[in-house]
Amino acid sequence: MTRLFGALAALTDVTITVRPGERRAVLGSNGAGKTTLFNCITGDFPPSSGTIRFFGEDITQFPPYERIRRGLRRTYQISALFPGLTVQDNVYLACRGVSRGRFSFLRPGQNDALMHATETLVQAVHLAGVKDQRVAELAHGQQRQLEIALALAGAPRFILFDEPAAGLSPTERRELIEILTSLPAHMGYIIIEHDMDVALRVVESVTMMHNGRIFKEGLPREIESDPEVQELYLGGGHE
Amino acid sequence: MSLLQSTQFRPDPSANATRRALLRAWPELQNPAAWLVALILVIMPLIANGFFLIEIFATTLILGVIALSLMFLAGYGGMVSLMQLTIAGFAGYMVAVFGMSGNANISLGWPWWLATPMALALATLFGTLGGALAVRTEGIYTIMITLAIGAAFYYFTNQNWAIFNGHTGINTVATPHFWGVDWRSDIAFYYVTLGVAAICYFAVQYVSRAPFGLALQGVRDNPRRMAALGFNPNAHRIAAYAFAAFIAALGGVLQVWNYRQISPGSVSVGACIDVLIIAVVGGITRPIGPFIGALIFVLLRTFALDVLIKLGLDGNRFRLLIGLGFLAIVFWSSDGVIGLWERWRRRSASSTQRSGGGRHG
Repeated sequence: MTRLFGALAALTDVTITVRPGERRAVLGSNGAGKTTLFNCITGDFPPSSGTIRFFGEDITQFPPYERIRRGLRRTYQISALFPGLTVQDNVYLACRGVSRGRFSFLRPGQNDALMHATETLVQAVHLAGVKDQRVAELAHGQQRQLEIALALAGAPRFILFDEPAAGLSPTERRELIEILTSLPAHMGYIIIEHDMDVALRVVESVTMMHNGRIFKEGLPREIESDPEVQELYLGGGHE
Repeated sequence: MSLLQSTQFRPDPSANATRRALLRAWPELQNPAAWLVALILVIMPLIANGFFLIEIFATTLILGVIALSLMFLAGYGGMVSLMQLTIAGFAGYMVAVFGMSGNANISLGWPWWLATPMALALATLFGTLGGALAVRTEGIYTIMITLAIGAAFYYFTNQNWAIFNGHTGINTVATPHFWGVDWRSDIAFYYVTLGVAAICYFAVQYVSRAPFGLALQGVRDNPRRMAALGFNPNAHRIAAYAFAAFIAALGGVLQVWNYRQISPGSVSVGACIDVLIIAVVGGITRPIGPFIGALIFVLLRTFALDVLIKLGLDGNRFRLLIGLGFLAIVFWSSDGVIGLWERWRRRSASSTQRSGGGRHG
């Protein structure tokens, strides 16, 4: 899989190539362009120039929903859920969005395959106990977990996690790591994460970004011990 | 679903899941008040005379259906459309134009069973096209663009004589007669409106929990995330306009059968805004809201005049009463009479058992 970029301002000539099934962390201080990178990949904000390839297919001109239907998924740094709907309905929508019958006027029956898929996902992110609650009533940690569930619906081929651990308690972080490491091997992802303990434990490669450019790429161990990176991350992290 | 199968999967143990789902889908089923209202509506011709049957209840049901189409768009889709009455009026005009009326130079004289589906189809198309324009905008601009469509249609009917017969409109519109029944006779017509209103009500209720309705609520809450889940938000919005237009068109057909005439006054900007008032006063969070709003509106419109005169005031000031009521509702309960009632019920429920969970309001 190849992704090429060249968006101006927030991102300058960023090229990032991720193999199918690869798990990569994107690190960098605030304003480094990490989330902008995600927005370009999913089409929330198209890049000003450059191309995006997804499993060899040029998806640069596709609207976001076409990219999602091809197996791309993302989570949002600030939970982007449907507060007026229940947990179950949120997950059901995610399952429905990547299958047929998005416009169906018929309610799903008890044995509907998507209802089972929804049930499984809700269990997987430990939200079964609150599945009939409206999302607006959930605790922050539960909303973050739901955020992940929405990205796991259907058959994702590649997922973009935008700071999934933000605001989570140590226990919830452990659960998150467990979820990420138990994903099927063919499912690659990019994770943006400030918590090095989370980020470096769930990836095999790291891209370091700074001021909209790629600063360094390497293995987690290399990045962790790189003096330049430490300088940047610890010293200049609060720009 | 190979995903995360390692984590424990505990199937829903309850045997009454089906029953629960049924009650969740149709909360009315376990509500004795709903059964009582249904019963009263069905036996209404036994207790009410022709005036009440038509001027109050049939009129309420018709306005309720038109306002229901707005409730669907605004409540589930977050789109406030002021053109729902215009769509209804368009359907009414089409019934008069394609069917039979006193204006033989205009009406094509089709039988009702041809003219009515034609009117419904054209009005749905009209509403869908209007919606396709409106979904390019959000919030206040949606209101403006739909109001502009309504105003343009009003002035067009006023000035067009070839089809809409200008400001005199089309009179003595024929109503259906078949199976030996005059379906515009008071009792028969009451049941026709009740049947259509019930179908529309349950259809909206049903669709709100179907994938289409859920997705529409998702688009209302967060269109960007919907796109990131594989949905095309604008396509959903346009489809919602089409569905709402069909409901409004049904109301419009009933309305032209009710009054047997239609003129630009029926599609005036004031009438468009009345529909908004009805929906907001009743409450746009649930399909029952527009019907409650319509009943309040019709009662005020019919009786406020007498009450005001008894109090020694000008009877034409009934709109002032409606306006004041509207202000009071918007001020104290942003989700209408339904919201007031729900909050009251929740308060009385929480006094018996402490269970938190503040809904929006």
